[in-house]
Amino acid sequence: MRSATDHLGRPVVAVTGMGVITSLGQGQAENWQALTAGRSGIRGISRFPTTGMRTTIAGTVDFIPVSELSAPALSERLAELVVEEAIAEANLGAGGDFPGPLFLALPPVEMEWPQREALAAASGAKDAVRYDDLRRAARAGGFEAYYRRFLFGSVGENLASRFGTKGSPIAASTACATGGTAIQLGVEAIRRGETDAALVVGTDASVNPESIIRFSLLSALSTRNDPPAGASRPFSKDREGFVMAEGAGALVLESLASARARGATVLGVIEGCGEAADGFHRTRSSPDGKPIIACIQRALEDAGLVPDAIGYINAHGTGTPENDKMEWVGITAVFGNRAGTIPMSSNKSMIGHTLTAAGAVEAIFTVLSLKHGVLPPTINYETPDPALPVDCVPNVARACEVEHAISNSFGFGGQNVCLVIGAAD
Amino acid sequence: MPTDPHDRDAVITGVGLASCLGSGVEAHWTALNDPAGFRPVVDTNSFAPAIVHPIAPLDLDKQIPKRGDQRQMEAWQRIGVFAAGLALDAAGVKGNTELLGKMDMIVAAGGGERDYTVDEAILSGLPQATDKGAFLNEHLLGDIRPTLFLAQLSNLLAGNISIVHGVIGSSRTFMGEEACGADAVRIACARIAAGQGDLMLVGGSYNAQRPDVVLHYEMGRLTAEAPFAGVWSRQANGGGLALGSLGCFLVIESRAHARARGAEPLCHIAGIRTDRSRRETGQATANARAQLATFQTDIDRASCAVISGASGVAAATQEEAAWLAELGLPVRATATALGHGLEPSFPASLALAAMAVQNRRLFNPLEPAEARMEHPLTQALVTSWGHWRGEALALVTAA
Repeated sequence: MRSATDHLGRPVVAVTGMGVITSLGQGQAENWQALTAGRSGIRGISRFPTTGMRTTIAGTVDFIPVSELSAPALSERLAELVVEEAIAEANLGAGGDFPGPLFLALPPVEMEWPQREALAAASGAKDAVRYDDLRRAARAGGFEAYYRRFLFGSVGENLASRFGTKGSPIAASTACATGGTAIQLGVEAIRRGETDAALVVGTDASVNPESIIRFSLLSALSTRNDPPAGASRPFSKDREGFVMAEGAGALVLESLASARARGATVLGVIEGCGEAADGFHRTRSSPDGKPIIACIQRALEDAGLVPDAIGYINAHGTGTPENDKMEWVGITAVFGNRAGTIPMSSNKSMIGHTLTAAGAVEAIFTVLSLKHGVLPPTINYETPDPALPVDCVPNVARACEVEHAISNSFGFGGQNVCLVIGAAD
Repeated sequence: MPTDPHDRDAVITGVGLASCLGSGVEAHWTALNDPAGFRPVVDTNSFAPAIVHPIAPLDLDKQIPKRGDQRQMEAWQRIGVFAAGLALDAAGVKGNTELLGKMDMIVAAGGGERDYTVDEAILSGLPQATDKGAFLNEHLLGDIRPTLFLAQLSNLLAGNISIVHGVIGSSRTFMGEEACGADAVRIACARIAAGQGDLMLVGGSYNAQRPDVVLHYEMGRLTAEAPFAGVWSRQANGGGLALGSLGCFLVIESRAHARARGAEPLCHIAGIRTDRSRRETGQATANARAQLATFQTDIDRASCAVISGASGVAAATQEEAAWLAELGLPVRATATALGHGLEPSFPASLALAAMAVQNRRLFNPLEPAEARMEHPLTQALVTSWGHWRGEALALVTAA
């Protein structure tokens, strides 16, 4: 049986509850079935007109209704649903009284076009609409709900109120590594002995015209619109960008000692976390891969494991030419000759890139991979890239018992996080 | 090996501050101690009827030497990267690649500026457009500078600090108005105490001179209108906030780490607590009382003052004023001096507290409601009650 303290005498952090929503569906069961069947959740965007856009596909979550749709509104709703699933599974903190802090991975919040249009209409401005007109309309009243909705703190505050988490909620933003950062924050709080349990949620529902266009202007998105399911092609020679997607994942983290004491089922263990910042460029990784290498090495060190102990890599694997190349550079540097033999698959081939939520969603899928002894595939792997001789679990899921895995997350702004995830006993 | 029980104390070894009062600690201390009385720096015209505290002219080249870097950023990032550079300079770690390579960063941030011209053109054209969706897409695609997104993303203040100053140990950004600034400091201190870090750069920045942020608080009907009055005096006219452009970063490190590299601590963060409530009447006060009760260091009433983060927004400010009156210590409201800067407001209050502790005296009153303090100061309580949510309290003592 695993010791309740780790190689440095710190409390071991267990996962005792999980909840997930992606474009593949709601809940662990639905997602796991689709993921291991190699099904794609990517589809043509129907939420808004895509006229003139180079990318017209995304992994949207269109089956969860919200009133007054906006990124924070849907992000909050997805977070509520995945938290409900996670705390039900953990059987901890139900009834709005979760016994620990909230660490939230949230996309940056800002007012969107429907709200700007409403302010413009209320201003009565004709022909030329200026910010002064919007401001005049705002001062006249009636827009307090927008103010509240588009505070950066409102999603975290609402979730903290609803689930009764303790203390000030933390809403992190480390771009596409945020989910990993939120998990690391929770792990650190438990290791410090501040709390026995922490609630971690990553959520992102930002598919709207301006978000798509922003990534499009940075040439980050796949434009292979037809068929949508074929667009996300991590590690393939013909990969050309990621597919923007929505989703949410929640994890109940708990000290192993506390989980055992209350007889909870341990689903997996967060054995180590590593991070490193990259000062090379706003969107590109250092060409030497040093920060990626450092974050993986730090995670292994934190877990007290040598590279040989790792049996599966849940890749960041966005399917952009740059990311997959740099991730491979990092993996080969850390794992040496084993690099091409350790299975390394990308969930993003099926669910797309859930951005802020990705680190949390993919950590959940990694826990499920270890729990079920099945590795989800990388679909759309038709044209191998000779420069990346990776075992990406091509196209078909694979039965494989794994004790320790890593899950990578890298983001704009030089953000790199790596988690080491261990199987339950 | 014997260890000093204070080795894991969190001490501040560098302050970087830029606001309407100037840039750097000295400029602020001078402005706060003007013998002729405090003179607020406000702009009542640009965003009338709202008041903003405009950023003082910054010699950006001194902290962001590459013009290309300056061009890649919007104002909120330039203010923040500038303030971060001041803090690194003050702590004596600027350019020290070995230390910067292991320095952990926690940034409190909102989001960046929009292209206001593009927004206005789109809003002007939309009502006449036959296909509104196509019109919006066409103009977003065609008119926005492709890299503007990188000036807007919350974590790209931290990203630019990594690029410009080489802080690359780690980088985390917290969002959420006032509370995230306090939580950034709290978690930095907790990590230092637990040995999860030795050297931290913590802070944030805010650009108040933006129509979209003024609009946001106008939607909430929370802005104070001209003529300007201090945070406490304006309560007679319904309160409200006057946003302030502000950048503040602190170098916080373990006492042992500071000692080993020969750095002089400015002050000790002896206690810090953050919490939340639904803000029913009395809940924020209850949190503050509970926070104060947890501090291990006794409050020396004769030598202690309060640096308050009160925003000016009526409900929270008036409840805090009542609690502070009960405490009976001399008080200064940061927002009267610097304006209210949301995310970096708590770090900035902590910076003012650090200056006061280091100078062994409280700076002059900022408005008539604030009492002079003649007794030497050795401690300061720092409050941050968010204008909407979040309550934080810190105790700063002599190093």
